Amino acid sequence: MRAPGVTSVNGDSGALIRLFHVSKRFGKKTALTDISLDVAPNEFLFVTGPSGAGKSTLLRLLYLAESTTEGQILIDGVNLARVQRRGIPSLRRKFGIVFQDYKLIPSKTVFDNVALVLEARGVRQRLIQKKVGAMLRMVEMGDRGDALPPSLSGGEQQRVAVARAVIGDPKIILADEPTGSLDAAAAEAIFGLLRHFHQRGATVIVATHDIELIKASQERVICLEGGRLQPLPELGARTSHAPRN
Amino acid sequence: MPPAIRRALRDIALNRFLNAVTVVTITLAVIFAGAFGLFFYNVNGLFLDWQRGIRMMVYLEDGISDAQRLDLKFRIKTIAGVAEAVYISRAEALETLKTQLQQQSGVLDHLRGNPLPDAFELTFRPTAHEGPGRLDRIAAEIEALPEVGQVLYAQQWLQRFSTIFNLFKLVGYGLGGIFGLAAILIVANTIRLMIYNRRDEIEIMRLVGAADGFINAPFYICAMLLGAVGSLLGLTILLALYSGISRQIQQSLYGALPTMSFFPWYWCIGILIAGMLVGALGCLVSMKQYLKA
Ligand SMILES: Nc1ncnc2c1ncn2[C@@H]1O[C@H](COP(=O)(O)OP(=O)(O)OP(=O)(O)O)[C@@H](O)[C@H]1O
Ligand SMILES: [Mg+2]
Repeated sequence: MRAPGVTSVNGDSGALIRLFHVSKRFGKKTALTDISLDVAPNEFLFVTGPSGAGKSTLLRLLYLAESTTEGQILIDGVNLARVQRRGIPSLRRKFGIVFQDYKLIPSKTVFDNVALVLEARGVRQRLIQKKVGAMLRMVEMGDRGDALPPSLSGGEQQRVAVARAVIGDPKIILADEPTGSLDAAAAEAIFGLLRHFHQRGATVIVATHDIELIKASQERVICLEGGRLQPLPELGARTSHAPRN
Repeated sequence: MPPAIRRALRDIALNRFLNAVTVVTITLAVIFAGAFGLFFYNVNGLFLDWQRGIRMMVYLEDGISDAQRLDLKFRIKTIAGVAEAVYISRAEALETLKTQLQQQSGVLDHLRGNPLPDAFELTFRPTAHEGPGRLDRIAAEIEALPEVGQVLYAQQWLQRFSTIFNLFKLVGYGLGGIFGLAAILIVANTIRLMIYNRRDEIEIMRLVGAADGFINAPFYICAMLLGAVGSLLGLTILLALYSGISRQIQQSLYGALPTMSFFPWYWCIGILIAGMLVGALGCLVSMKQYLKA
């Protein structure tokens, strides 16, 4: 882990994601204040903190769903302030995103929802059939490909959301409360999947307030509170929260 | 089937009523504008036939030698627009007059000598009728030649007709433009509603990294399909109406208007393409609005 107090946005720190004194305000409401943060390639990072702390906002800034009010963000060496509207799709293709509210298209089948990511990248239909089928089996939704999202349980929708996030083999996986609607076993399954892609080289950022999950893992954790980075609270049973690297 | 076409067809199926209304609007636009165009197309043909039949009589001064006459003929024929100049001698003219007057030709017997002048009868290329006053200018040019006495031609009624016809053409273009614009706006409105119905889906597609082209393609395909189907339907109905009406006209006029015809095939293809263009333009309009919002 590098100290968050980086001095230059342009310095080549080897970080894949770099936040430099980032603030975000919605009108008068301040969601994030002066966040500086480096995320190394292939790092697995937890972002935790109470509800309303700014976790989702932090993730949304990364894929330009929102733009920063102050400060700069570099992704893979690209300054997000310089990304034109036309450049947004290719930026977003670096990400696989599990949205907090899933964002599945209700009128499309589970299969088509996942396939959409590949279709948008111009992958051939034959390959799409194969990959999506395999991915749905991986999240144990292999027999629900024809179902429409509204007919699924929360946990099932979450698994489809994860499948869609990882199907494009993204460089960076952002997961916003990916286990919010899951019981412990299902949550562990989802985490197994995220770890699988982490091992295959993806950088993973998970926003969650599921302390148990964090306790059970050895990954780096950052904590937000009121939009500011906080020193880590005592995690009790967690043997070590010393970051890797 | 490519996903974009699949999505377009699904969108049409989901908004059947809206799309049917759009197609009907385009169909009506094609029928109205097409009927006007068809009328114009046929009258134009008729008009061109008449113009091709226009003769101009160039009467010569007395006492012109054969050599001068040949030279004059050459000079007249080099004037732009003149197709042919046929010499009619005063003797021939008198003969023609006599046969035309038949019984009454006795009147002519009292004449001393032949009062008719020698003349050239001119015919014109179609280009000679383009633009108002072309014939007048040709006539003036010929009249200025020293050997020429008088130039006569039926210019007045033709010019009046040509003015009316041009006015008609203008109205036709105007109506065509209005119908086209109306069709574009209807398509734009339809696509706007479809975009609105799909706004959440579009937002999600954006979030997972779909480019604008990928998101827009189905809407363009849909709009162009609507345009194509609308104009195809319009053309078919127009053809049916035309066959019915033209048969009646031919029967009642005993074939006096032999030049009636439907649009040639390349016009039909042009109308089809225009319909698709209208669709694409309508789509463009609503896309621009959507992106601004
Ligand atoms: N679009 C917006 N407009 C106005 N305020 C917003 C907007 N998005 C977020 N906020 C505010 O910013 C703050 C941080 O929100 P955020 O969604 O990032 O919290 P969070 O940490 O993800 O919370 P949770 O754990 O409940 O998901 C909240 O106070 C929220 O009300
Ligand atoms: Mg959140």
